[in-house]
Amino acid sequence: MTEGTLRAAAPPAVHPREGDSQWAIAARRFRRDRLALGGLALVVILSALAIFAPLAAPYDPIAQHDIVATSLQPPSPAHALGTDLFGRDVLSRIIYGARISLTIGFLAVIISVTLGTLLGAVAGYFGGWADTLVMRFTDTVLAFPRLILLILIVALFHPSVLLIILVLGFTQWPGTARIVRGEVLSLREREFIQAARALGFGRARIILRHIVPNVLGPVIVAATLGIGNTIVLEAGLSFLGLGVQPPMPSWGSMVADGRGNLIGAWWVATFPGLTIVLTVLAFNLVGDGLRDALDPRLRQ
Amino acid sequence: MSGDARPRAPAPDADGPAGTDVLPARVSAPLLSVRDLRTYFHTDAGVARAVDGISFDLRRGEILGIVGESGCGKSVTSLSILGLVPDPPGRIMPGSSVRLRGRELVGLPVRELRAVRGADIAMIFQEPMTSLNPVYPVGDQVAEPLRLHLGLSRRAARTRAVELLELVGIAAPERRVSEYPHQLSGGMRQRVMIAMALACEPDILIADEPTTALDVTIQAQILELIAGLRERLGMAVLLITHDLGIVAETCDQVLVMYAGRAVESGPVESIFRMPGHPYTEGLLGAVPRLGEDADRLAVIPGQVPSAYAWPPGCRFAARCPYAWERCAQEPPLLPGLSVPLSGAGVAEQGTAARCWLVEEPERRAGAGFSSGAEAAR
Repeated sequence: MTEGTLRAAAPPAVHPREGDSQWAIAARRFRRDRLALGGLALVVILSALAIFAPLAAPYDPIAQHDIVATSLQPPSPAHALGTDLFGRDVLSRIIYGARISLTIGFLAVIISVTLGTLLGAVAGYFGGWADTLVMRFTDTVLAFPRLILLILIVALFHPSVLLIILVLGFTQWPGTARIVRGEVLSLREREFIQAARALGFGRARIILRHIVPNVLGPVIVAATLGIGNTIVLEAGLSFLGLGVQPPMPSWGSMVADGRGNLIGAWWVATFPGLTIVLTVLAFNLVGDGLRDALDPRLRQ
Repeated sequence: MSGDARPRAPAPDADGPAGTDVLPARVSAPLLSVRDLRTYFHTDAGVARAVDGISFDLRRGEILGIVGESGCGKSVTSLSILGLVPDPPGRIMPGSSVRLRGRELVGLPVRELRAVRGADIAMIFQEPMTSLNPVYPVGDQVAEPLRLHLGLSRRAARTRAVELLELVGIAAPERRVSEYPHQLSGGMRQRVMIAMALACEPDILIADEPTTALDVTIQAQILELIAGLRERLGMAVLLITHDLGIVAETCDQVLVMYAGRAVESGPVESIFRMPGHPYTEGLLGAVPRLGEDADRLAVIPGQVPSAYAWPPGCRFAARCPYAWERCAQEPPLLPGLSVPLSGAGVAEQGTAARCWLVEEPERRAGAGFSSGAEAAR
């Protein structure tokens, strides 16, 4: 869409209907994207499994009975994905692990996106020293190797799900902040922001009601991709024993548990690993689909 | 009045006392009174004196046109009135005065200025394509100032928004309120902008090139709408434009700006009949006229000088066909009647021009603007 030109004659490509918001148009575009729909289906299934884990899981993920008899059984009708060293059903542990992984992913991203959006909007809207301050802080956070920072913090305190959420949330925002700042820099010069000022709107109202909704598209894309990223990081931490603590099931620690016996009992590490891959892939597919659906430049 | 007690800016130019500019008086007390408004931009390249001593009055129910070519300071003038010039780099200099019903707006805390914006003075902009927020239905956008300034409930604001859309001539307003900006044409968006601006019944509407981005038929409709609303609501309009045709059709008074200053002002008919300043004359000569046979239009040679370094004498001298030695050295003043700044007292419907020709009219003979064809030869 080129601004400043008269577009009265150009026929709209996606035929607008009455009361048609940009969201409705994006939803229609998203619905035509098969890969993204596939990703979304996977995300929905995973979320449903996580929410209804007690109903969906065939066995208790933590309880151990008669270890000698049940230890390291290969996939069978009784245990679809086999059992681990302690005789626990791998499928049940993966389903309960989804609870932990998705909770951490969603909550950490909510923190990082909120923080990143506000900081980016403030930096972009006010410019000057506020911009310098926020962006140099962002650069500083980005300059730290994140995994090492995470390991340091988790090692200093007792690792818990809450701590992991907070640490992941408070280290992930710089990407969002940069995206939002860039968008706001160009939005700030748009005439509707000028018009809002001329109507006597305050700065908080302009930022929260007029600027932020206009950057929501890229923010949602960043958030979706961020969930995948966070899940990988959490799995990494758990793999190192610094994340979710046993006996609570976590995909990362399950891979770690199985890695010593990859040849004798391949299913213990392989299925949680595959789950991580599939989950991240699903979120990335949805993110890419949203990016295409929300990008106004593609609206031809 | 304006500058007696407050410190004046140390005049960075040798242009003489611009503060003595006084416009011809009209009868009633002005709604908006601008005196010696100076807005400078402090940049790395120096100080750009974009608006350099503008004075005018705007009265109730009056349409004042501000004309001039690009870069002469029209838009900065209108933004300065509402304190919307980005600071930094822009600054309204000490000594400037903008009074709304006698209340000084320059230097007012932002919070108080916000209460004026939208409620007392509203503004519409040039580009209707981008002046509406794409994520909200237009009805919500018209309703927002109502809720903010008048404290209306959501439902009352929506009802009023429908009325306002009807007032600005949008068909089927009950349906249009829930539509999004991208579903409306440019002309309709500009109508919505006007509805937003009118929401709180402001006394003054500032329209900054409201029709430049629209095609000619829509242009006429929008101007008709603005003129009609002025009559019905009794508001004053400050119309910023570079189009003299629009001024002739719509305005009562006109202020011609050149290089950050007013070079001529007065009632539209007088100025169109008898332009006093060569710049105005040049602008009028550059407009094609129906029924007049001209192969080429007259042109004003050259360009506006840089706002970083205005020439010392008359700022138009380098482009003026009548200019003589005096023009390059002495800056002419905008002569007026020495009436109090409130404008009460003298009811002269006169024009004023910032030009030495006013003192030496005999120099007008034998010179003038040449047409483009002659200039090319």
